[in-house]
Amino acid sequence: MEIIMSVLAGILFMTGVYNLLQKQLLRIVIGTALVSHGAHLTILTMGRLKDGAPPILTEGVENYTDPLPQALILTSIVISFGVTSLLLVLAYRAAQINHTDNMEQLRGNDYE
Amino acid sequence: MLLAVLLPFIIAIFIPFLSKWKEKFHTGIVATIVPLLIFIYFGSFLGRGFEPVMRTYNWIPSLDMNMVFHLDGLSLLFVLLISGIGTLVALYSVYYLHTTEKLGHFYVYFLIFMGSMLGVVLSDNIYVLYSFWEFTSLSSFLLIGYWNHKHASRYGALKSMLITVFGGLSLLGSLVFMHMITGTSSIQQMISDKEAILNNEFFPLILALLLLGAFTKSAQFPFHIWLPDAMEAPTPVSAYLHSATMVKAGLFLVARFSPMMSASEWYFIIVSSFGIITLCWGSYMAVRQTDLKGILAFSTISQLGMIMAMLGFGTKIAIFAAMFHILNHATFKGSLFMVAGIVDHETGTRDIRKLGGLMNYLPMTATLAMIGIFSMAGFPLPFLNGFYSKEMFFKATLDLSAQEGIAAFLTNAIPYLAVFGSIFTFVYSMYFFFGTFRGKSNIDELPKKPHEAPVGMLISPAVLILLVVIIGLFPSLINETFIEHAASAVYGGDAAKEIYFWHGFNLPLIMSLTVIAFGTILALTISRWRTVYNFVPGILSMNKVYDFTVDKSVVYSSKVTKGYMNGSLALYMKLILVAIVGVSFTFFFLTGGFALDLSQLATVTTIELIVAVTMTVAAFGTIFTHNRITAILILGVVGYGLSMLFIIYRAPDLALTQLIVETVTVALFLLVFYHLPDLGKRGEARSTKIMNWIISAGFGLLITTVAISAHSSKWFDVISSYFVDNSYKLGGGDNIVNVILVDMRGLDTLFEIAVLGLAAMAIYSLIKIKNKKEE
Repeated sequence: MEIIMSVLAGILFMTGVYNLLQKQLLRIVIGTALVSHGAHLTILTMGRLKDGAPPILTEGVENYTDPLPQALILTSIVISFGVTSLLLVLAYRAAQINHTDNMEQLRGNDYE
Repeated sequence: MLLAVLLPFIIAIFIPFLSKWKEKFHTGIVATIVPLLIFIYFGSFLGRGFEPVMRTYNWIPSLDMNMVFHLDGLSLLFVLLISGIGTLVALYSVYYLHTTEKLGHFYVYFLIFMGSMLGVVLSDNIYVLYSFWEFTSLSSFLLIGYWNHKHASRYGALKSMLITVFGGLSLLGSLVFMHMITGTSSIQQMISDKEAILNNEFFPLILALLLLGAFTKSAQFPFHIWLPDAMEAPTPVSAYLHSATMVKAGLFLVARFSPMMSASEWYFIIVSSFGIITLCWGSYMAVRQTDLKGILAFSTISQLGMIMAMLGFGTKIAIFAAMFHILNHATFKGSLFMVAGIVDHETGTRDIRKLGGLMNYLPMTATLAMIGIFSMAGFPLPFLNGFYSKEMFFKATLDLSAQEGIAAFLTNAIPYLAVFGSIFTFVYSMYFFFGTFRGKSNIDELPKKPHEAPVGMLISPAVLILLVVIIGLFPSLINETFIEHAASAVYGGDAAKEIYFWHGFNLPLIMSLTVIAFGTILALTISRWRTVYNFVPGILSMNKVYDFTVDKSVVYSSKVTKGYMNGSLALYMKLILVAIVGVSFTFFFLTGGFALDLSQLATVTTIELIVAVTMTVAAFGTIFTHNRITAILILGVVGYGLSMLFIIYRAPDLALTQLIVETVTVALFLLVFYHLPDLGKRGEARSTKIMNWIISAGFGLLITTVAISAHSSKWFDVISSYFVDNSYKLGGGDNIVNVILVDMRGLDTLFEIAVLGLAAMAIYSLIKIKNKKEE
């Protein structure tokens, strides 16, 4: 199963990166969301899958799934939520002010 | 001793504050007192019974980098030169630089240079030496570019920087090599372990890199080209850095390492041939200069070549003469630079074609110049120190013992080349003096009406000229107190020499007389030879090579940079991704990092497969749809799919969080999308599309490979058992993931909240902020 999940993570990254390389701001935000999904899945897969009970202490259970990747992913889910929301609002403001959401036209000023 | 080296740096910190009152109190006075104190301190070491002193101050002991100061004869000669000439130059600069100049900048650079130079000649630790060495290059750069409104200053500063720092880097390479071979960073210990270095297979490289550092610093042919351009610096700087001290750092380096290197035949061949060529080239080129400081610059190059050649000879008399000439050159050349500065200051020009007959207007200056010039030319008079060292140089060229091969050829050629170079030394010396102070005067055409310089400006050159005469009259005075010690430190044994004026009618004297005879003839008929002098160089000019290299590298690098920095973020992204994929796969391949372990896989169930397929289809769907709502909704499908996977993989907390976050995200997308233009057709070229697919597929493949390899190879024990065991004991909670988050890695979570708070504030202000155009 881990192999299939690794491939799925690869596919999420692939589609995410493809979206990142697009010109429209909305697609770029979607791309970031897909990449973070892929990253979460990768971290989970790197440990063992289905190797023991859910990590909640229960009488009589000795074997639990690795809780550490889960804690890391939990932090990451929340952070990527913050990133996605910020990017969305940024995209909204940028499109509103510049009247375009095309990245090729948003190139900063001439003084760079 | 540490204080003596650091004093200039410490005072330099206060200079900018002092320069606030520069109208009433010239900042240079402070800069005069500092070297004077240092001179007095080190002067107290002088004496017949001088013994080397070693002081250690810990700096970074774990890296074997300590402030180890080794004061032997060689260092003593240099520290006295640095502080002594430094005092005189600073005094001179008080009169030379007007208070309207940026005095604060000048004296900060000046003191930094002085401190670094002291550090270079005292350090026994190679890394400390190297750091100070680069500091001298840096301060020289700042001082040359002091009048930074002039293009020539900036050009000269950059040139000296590029060439000397290039040399500095190769020096570092050589030092690191020696450290690796001997395992010590102390120069003295390296010298005692010289066999290891001499017999190492990399010795030729070590020697070449070391000499490259020394030759660039000491302006040896063909790296001399930066020195004439460095004359754009204020004259006190030229007198101090580019004649008396910094350019001699290269000589110092060669002298410092010569006890180790001189056993090699290649050391003799390279150092003496470069030295002697520089001597000839510099003196020949000096004759065609029209700028007073230009003449002195090429003269400095040629004299440095002469000393370098003597260090290369490595014989007892040559080393002694080299040390003696380092001192002599500093005295007469320092004073001549100051004279050139006075002439410039009083007449407003340094162009020798416009000058002439100034003896009547600047009698004192002319007298000083005359003694300095004749000392430099090596005129046989018993009160000119330049004659003694020139005579010793001739003797040293004749003393070389013939070996086989190139060395034998060199030993035969060197005396002739020495005479050749000295003839032109004589010619340009005479040209400098007679062209400026004698001959027809055309006062009316000068920018300023000349009159004698203020007394303050004359003090410093006068002191130096007095030294010329004192050394000339009583050579043994200076000899026994420290030239002897310096020569012994370099020669590695007793190198005492008696200095006499009259050696009898021998070959060196005949060489001197030949020089004077030919020199006089050529100097008298100098105008007839002009075409010859101006003809030869130009084709051979290293300047053209330098300019070509610098210009082209600027043009090409800006072309390359503009090629990929075109403002398209997508392109930057692509470059970064390609680099990541390329580098990672290369390392995978090189280190054999790929691993596949099928033994411990979890079972495959239908439901997981269905979820995975759905997610794949949805992920591709985001790319192919042209409708905003569709794209957002199928992104939601991926997110919910992921939370289902979390449930299957026994991560209930993740599933809960993912569900909530996904719902809020989709809602947010739906709120915002209305304000964004529709996705529509992309209108990209087919090739761009294919390229994008290749890059993203490559990146996806990389992630899959990493994930599988990471799963298949277990390098470390799992640390999670700690959390399982201690969750209840330490955290008091049954839910291990929760305990980790709020307790064991609580600070992490705190910062996570802070990040969210920041994002929330940013979002709020982005929405609320008013566009200026809207108002």
